[in-house]
Amino acid sequence: MKFSRLILANLFRKKVRLILTIGSFAVALVLFTFLAVVKSAFSRGTEIAGADRLVVVSRIGLMQLMPISYRDKILAIPGVKAVTHNHWFGGVYQDEKNFFPQFVIDPEYQRQVMTELVVPEDQWNNFLKDRQGAIAGARTAERFHWKIGDRIPIKTTLYGGSSWQFNLDGIYHSERAGGDESQFWLQWKYFDENAPDVIKSTAGWYVVKLDSPDSAVRVAKAIDEKFANSSFETKTETESAFAAYFVKQFGNIELLILTIGGVVFLTHLLVTGNTMAISVRERTSELAVLKAIGFSGRAVLFFVLAESVIIALFGGFLGLTLAYLAIPVIGLALTGLLPPLILSKSLLTLGLGFALFVGAVSGLLPGIGAMRLRVVNALRRV
Amino acid sequence: MFFVVIGLFLLGVAVVLALGIIVGLLSPLFIAVPIAYNFRSIKVRWASAVVAVLGIAGTVGVFIAMLSLARGFRATLVSSGSADNALITRAGATSEMTSGVSLDSVKIIQDAPGIARGADGPLLTPEAVLMAPIPLRSTGTDANVQLRGVSPNVLAIRSNVKIIEGRMFRPGLSELVVGKNARATYSGLTLGNTISLGSARWEVVGIFDAGGSAFDSEVWGDAHLLNGAYKRPDTFSQSVTVHLASPAALQQLRDSLTADPRLNVDVTREIDYYAKQSTRMTTLITRLGGFVAMIMAIGAVFGALNTMYSAVAERGREIATMRALGFGGANVVLSFVFEALMISLFGGVLGCLAVLPLNGLTTSTMNFQTFSNLAFAFKVTPLLLLSGVCFALVMGFLGGILPAIRAARQPVALALRAL
Repeated sequence: MKFSRLILANLFRKKVRLILTIGSFAVALVLFTFLAVVKSAFSRGTEIAGADRLVVVSRIGLMQLMPISYRDKILAIPGVKAVTHNHWFGGVYQDEKNFFPQFVIDPEYQRQVMTELVVPEDQWNNFLKDRQGAIAGARTAERFHWKIGDRIPIKTTLYGGSSWQFNLDGIYHSERAGGDESQFWLQWKYFDENAPDVIKSTAGWYVVKLDSPDSAVRVAKAIDEKFANSSFETKTETESAFAAYFVKQFGNIELLILTIGGVVFLTHLLVTGNTMAISVRERTSELAVLKAIGFSGRAVLFFVLAESVIIALFGGFLGLTLAYLAIPVIGLALTGLLPPLILSKSLLTLGLGFALFVGAVSGLLPGIGAMRLRVVNALRRV
Repeated sequence: MFFVVIGLFLLGVAVVLALGIIVGLLSPLFIAVPIAYNFRSIKVRWASAVVAVLGIAGTVGVFIAMLSLARGFRATLVSSGSADNALITRAGATSEMTSGVSLDSVKIIQDAPGIARGADGPLLTPEAVLMAPIPLRSTGTDANVQLRGVSPNVLAIRSNVKIIEGRMFRPGLSELVVGKNARATYSGLTLGNTISLGSARWEVVGIFDAGGSAFDSEVWGDAHLLNGAYKRPDTFSQSVTVHLASPAALQQLRDSLTADPRLNVDVTREIDYYAKQSTRMTTLITRLGGFVAMIMAIGAVFGALNTMYSAVAERGREIATMRALGFGGANVVLSFVFEALMISLFGGVLGCLAVLPLNGLTTSTMNFQTFSNLAFAFKVTPLLLLSGVCFALVMGFLGGILPAIRAARQPVALALRAL
């Protein structure tokens, strides 16, 4: 472009300031991506929940058990494709810090319900044959460097004390991005044989796969009505409503981190924009000279805008690259505390959009001032 | 070895920073440039100073807010425990939720040495811990409230818990007492109201104050009746809390219980048990807050650098004049460092003032380790405020030192000639 050298010269007139402004933009963008990633990790459960799945829990509370016979009764309801039952095992692997959820599963239907969690066929067949078999999520297996065939002891105080031994027969992956790859599955039969009498023949909760998401409301009502006035009443919700129940309880912490961070992010952008605006205002007399020698108001506006947009673009790009590199490291520090942090493409685009917007606005305000500038007044000003 | 080197290096950096800040702050005492000069120059360049002040104030504010949140959460759980009490759980249990103590064991524990005795027997409460979904007042959606089935003499054991309205529940009746935070958080837990939990209906007969501890978020009732309503065998309780004859009696009790072959239990001082229950949430808040504060600190240093560099650039002639008048290079450096420190001090104090209203504000979240909702208050302590101000000064020093050195190194004649 014809005036690219002029714009470049203006950009580099104060190198330190240029670096600092680009740096500030980068910092704001790193902050933005970090917050957005944390937010999505907090609400991950609701995002990945299947629309065609229902969760059935006891009406009187999460920890209450239901009879195992409910499975067949639920299966008989029209619109239900498959039902699996789960238990919370709640054991400890080596140390309490090594937390991951352990589910007692129903091998018969688990895969038909949790279709997005995939286990290779041969591994699954080995699991079925092995009473003490277990399947681990890829993330958990990686975290503890488990290989297929490893023997994994899990201590439980909830069910009969001491250590239970499992053979790792398979590793599951989630086909859906951001799916939960941290679970540990064990067989219900093995669990039921070894659990104390009060726990035998029970399920902690049921997960129901529907023929179509449209029947969710009808089937949920049918299930609850079926068990109404029995000694074990149920509460049936869609999987996302069930997940939201947990997410909402974190509510305040998430909200606090996000509001604090959000306010700071916006202030930071305003401040950076202000710095860029100041650097334009400092050159008022120069701009007046440009106009005096014949450049139109629009051309002057263009110079100013181009400069601030270039800075914003560079800063935004740098920030997103840094975030891209840093977030896996940060995620490592939060293992076991939050679901994995995932930086999505749409988030990166949004961040860059933000940076460009601020760049344009902070150039536009002084730029319009410069466009309307009366040469005589500007030159007279010292 | 590697960590020793890193440690020494960090220590060295900290010492240099601290020295720099102290010398900078005290510089008006021994340098010749008057302080008024710095304050006037801040006043003239207020726009860019405001930018730096805001950046630093925001960083310090977030830093303190996050730490006070983590501290408040921890304090709430820690204050639930008392040094005079011991919690007995099944050996290896990570929380009351995963523990169980049989009635037979409770009978053995009753006669163990080290337990204080009241008018009607040993001070001990075998407890049932349950969760019940009750709608929140704020959103109307259910959250888990922790239900605790206790023995009727529980108030003698947990001496920090007082009934502030109504009365204690009567043993054998479907009555509940509700913690003051639980009453404020959930709908329907008001005095005189009747609610259904499990398979029974319960009347709220009292409100208790547990001094801001985790018990304030709980609902208490008769252990036998709660077990019945939730179809739990009455021959089990989750945990047993005993009042010790003296804090030192813990060891005696532990020795006697763990040596008994009929028992399989852990004996923990109540205060230690609750401190452990807070670790996961506290770690999460501290780490998240730490990352946010760290990123922001870098941004704030950039802001300070920008402000100070433009101050130096605009005052090229002033500085050169000062040098020509005979002020030495060290004088100029210290004067600029002092100015940066003043800006950051102002930002730091502003950040502290901004978060001060948070102190005592009650919020709630789900504790990972118990799956139940817990109300707690921000705790802004003087120590936190002080560390916030120190943090601000460090940012100011880092942002001021390079521009200050540049100011002192500008050639005098050249700067005077510049337009």
